Amino acid sequence: MKHLLSTLDLSRADAIRILDIAEEMAAVGTREVKKLPALRGRTVVNLFFEDSTRTRISFEAAAKRLSADVINFSAKGSSVSKGESLKDTAQTLQAIGADAVVIRHGASGAPARLAATDWIDAPVVNAGDGTHEHPTQALLDAFTLRTHWSALHGHTSLGSDLSGMRVAIVGDILHSRVARSNLWLLRTLGAEVTMVAPPTLLPHGSNVWPCTISYDLDATLASGTDAVMMLRVQGERMHDSYFPNTREYSRLWGFDDARLAALDARDTGETIIMHPGPMNRGLEISSAAADSPRSTVLAQVANGVAVRMAVLYLLLSGDQQRPAPSDATRPAGL
Amino acid sequence: MGNEQNHAPATAPVSARIVLSSEDIDRVITRIAHEIIEANKGVADLVLLGIPSRGFPLAQRLAQRIAATSPGLDPASITGQLDVTMYRDDLRRSTTRTPAPTRLPASGIDDKVVVLVDDVLYSGRTIRAALDAIADLGRPRIVRLAVLVDRGHRELPIRADHVGKNLPTATTEKVRVHLAEVDGADNNEVVIEAHA
Amino acid sequence: MSTNTSYLIRGAKPLGNEASDILVLDGKIAALGADAATHPGAAAATVIEAAGQIALPGLVDLHTHLREPGREDAETVETGTRAAALGGFTAVHAMANSNPVADTAGVVEQVWSLGKRSGWVDVRPVGAVTVGLAGTQMSEIGAMADSRAQVRVFSDDGICVFDPLLMRRALEYVKAFDGVVAQHAQEPRLTEGAQMNEGEVSAVLGLAGWPAVAEESIIARDVLLAEHVGSRLHICHVSTAGSVEIIRWAKSRGVNVTAEVTPHHLLLTDELVKSYDPVYKVNPPLRREADVMALRAGLADGTIDIIGTDHAPHPSEAKECEWAAAAMGMTGLETALSVVQHTMVETGMISWADFARITSTAPAAIGRVADQGRELAMGEPANITLVDAEARWIVDPFAMATKGRNSPFKGLELPGKVTSVFFHGHPTVLGGKLATPRVSGAF
Repeated sequence: MKHLLSTLDLSRADAIRILDIAEEMAAVGTREVKKLPALRGRTVVNLFFEDSTRTRISFEAAAKRLSADVINFSAKGSSVSKGESLKDTAQTLQAIGADAVVIRHGASGAPARLAATDWIDAPVVNAGDGTHEHPTQALLDAFTLRTHWSALHGHTSLGSDLSGMRVAIVGDILHSRVARSNLWLLRTLGAEVTMVAPPTLLPHGSNVWPCTISYDLDATLASGTDAVMMLRVQGERMHDSYFPNTREYSRLWGFDDARLAALDARDTGETIIMHPGPMNRGLEISSAAADSPRSTVLAQVANGVAVRMAVLYLLLSGDQQRPAPSDATRPAGL
Repeated sequence: MGNEQNHAPATAPVSARIVLSSEDIDRVITRIAHEIIEANKGVADLVLLGIPSRGFPLAQRLAQRIAATSPGLDPASITGQLDVTMYRDDLRRSTTRTPAPTRLPASGIDDKVVVLVDDVLYSGRTIRAALDAIADLGRPRIVRLAVLVDRGHRELPIRADHVGKNLPTATTEKVRVHLAEVDGADNNEVVIEAHA
Repeated sequence: MSTNTSYLIRGAKPLGNEASDILVLDGKIAALGADAATHPGAAAATVIEAAGQIALPGLVDLHTHLREPGREDAETVETGTRAAALGGFTAVHAMANSNPVADTAGVVEQVWSLGKRSGWVDVRPVGAVTVGLAGTQMSEIGAMADSRAQVRVFSDDGICVFDPLLMRRALEYVKAFDGVVAQHAQEPRLTEGAQMNEGEVSAVLGLAGWPAVAEESIIARDVLLAEHVGSRLHICHVSTAGSVEIIRWAKSRGVNVTAEVTPHHLLLTDELVKSYDPVYKVNPPLRREADVMALRAGLADGTIDIIGTDHAPHPSEAKECEWAAAAMGMTGLETALSVVQHTMVETGMISWADFARITSTAPAAIGRVADQGRELAMGEPANITLVDAEARWIVDPFAMATKGRNSPFKGLELPGKVTSVFFHGHPTVLGGKLATPRVSGAF
């Protein structure tokens, strides 16, 4: 693995390996000394062109627990806001000696662009690009799902996948990088996926996706799901005619108290409720649902650090990396 | 992981000879078990930490021998596994290693007498990593080292307290340890392979 | 001076037919066949050995962005017309979206005279339909038509003339000057923020989609408008199967509509966008395989009349960035002939005679360029392109004459090499390399 750009690039073996390593990393988080020396002396740059404090601190914690040095580069107030190009920024990071770049960008494909060009030769981790993908979010979701699924079936999670699990992804699929990354990864791991959304918030061309498409959340819930993943919906979408108003959206596609009650009447907690955060309480998810024992919202956050540790470890160890700094590839004078 | 020769480039050996048979291994384990008890003046506070992959079954075997001398001692309660992957000094050189789980006995390692168990002692780098890993997990009273085979060629100032067999080797040779728990029931021996 | 020289082209095959010598004398074709070598003018002629090569009427592009004035960093009339000559062209139409916009007689005359001064091809400026391409007020179409540039093609290319009333008036108004409105068919609301063809690929890539219907709905509206007012309408860079259907239907009703397709839309699909390499970002976007096939079929059956390159050079920084920030457009002048040979001639869909029609005769007729796109016959202006159709070459954007390095065909092996180009009897290209520009009268 040279970069992590899309979950489409991950084989089943790759994905399970990341999740397995993440389990070891998660154990470190429970120790008194929450640090491993594996990436000592390596520099990880968090290159954030979009504000996302949650994702940035998760990557920062992951890198620091592996003893890497972390440089946070925020586009706001930097040379980028003065018109510096992605190319110049990348070349600057190369000159500084970045060993890995974690990039969040508003433009779909920006991480792929960094990976494909010779602007920088460090491994690139996509930390969310436009409406394309957010692979580490999908990996932490899969980790959360696997923990639940293996516990439910009384088998060890190490080495296992999500075969037979039914996952509903609900909300603004059109604009969701989380939905795309999850769809590919969950399918690779053997889960069945149903996308639930108003037709306006499903991308044209999603009819060929390997999932069931539903416009009816109640019918999907009634048919039985093992996990319901609620996506953040921006209220402003109503101004672009995606739905009439937030009230109607919430009534038809929000996980409200009535739907929670219906779920509680049917099972005793086997179905979990997920949300990538940050939540719009009262819009796509009610407070009762977000705070219920079914909610894995905080577990997802904790798992995020472990999964990102696994990804950084895999990208920054091993001999597939560029030659060590003593080699001629490093620019002179640095 | 402890079998350091496993990561050498794979070439067909020109010759292979068995240096420890299955019976030899049993005998050696029993002797080391007695040495450990003697050095510790009993079984109190003893913890055996095996280094994956073959150090762990060796630690289990040792624990069983030790428990046999001390009625009421559950061998599982003094055995653990210590993964050292994240502490290695060659993470950027070899292919990416997948870490194995670290499992400590319920009583932990603080103020215990920890015996690290590995199959082959060679450069000493794995043990260096293990000592660092232990330091992040707790503070044992004493750390000792038991190995099935010491093949020499140390690169660090490290020596074993308990050695099953001292085995003079050439660096071109490989020491292969096969244990039933890892390699299958009929596979229980130590082999030296000579390479051109 | 240079036009006084004579050339005897030996053994070339006009339109791919039987080999025939061609004598070029004083800017005209003086003799063909057996008469050429025995013609009194042949004695002093420079001999061009062209055995086995195809002789074509010089190519005419109805859709070129020369960028001058305003974006000389991207292209100039000089560099763009050098590229045109190397690509086998003897005339190009310079699109109006320069800075300032070509919406007055002054600007179109400037472009026209720059073309004359360069001397590589005829440069025919296109006039803007609306002032500043703003889509609100008609520009001085009459003044541009009556200027020295003799503008006949009017287009806001890059931007759709969206206001239906304004489009109707423009269609009516150009009739007074034998003009044609060349429409960039793109419904603006349906393509807000659009980045690529809307479909299965855009769904996966998370790039805002550009639906086919945004093009087709404008074409449908405009053919009906053209029918209603009895005007000439030209549709730029048709890119979807549905557009071909609508134009076919309109032609069957007798609507006076012509249509163009770019070489890149005949070969490339939106699958390429998966690389997120902005060299594939273009307006209209690359479409599906089914669209490519429908465009080829439409070109072969005459529904689509011409090839237009939509040559759109950009400085490297406009493409060396993330997809969303990148400029739209591809270079095309130096690859057009090869791509059309590859996609249309070598697939057996058209003959070299058809090739001459869609790259020369028809575009010259639409643009009312009197002395271009003519037959290869005695007495005609000697605008001749010789092609080694057997040659194969690998596209290298850095070896091109255009300033733009944004060729989507980079690294591709293509057939067909332009060996010589005669522009009003003067060789602008010889041996596959630029020769000398033609120096003409006052400008």
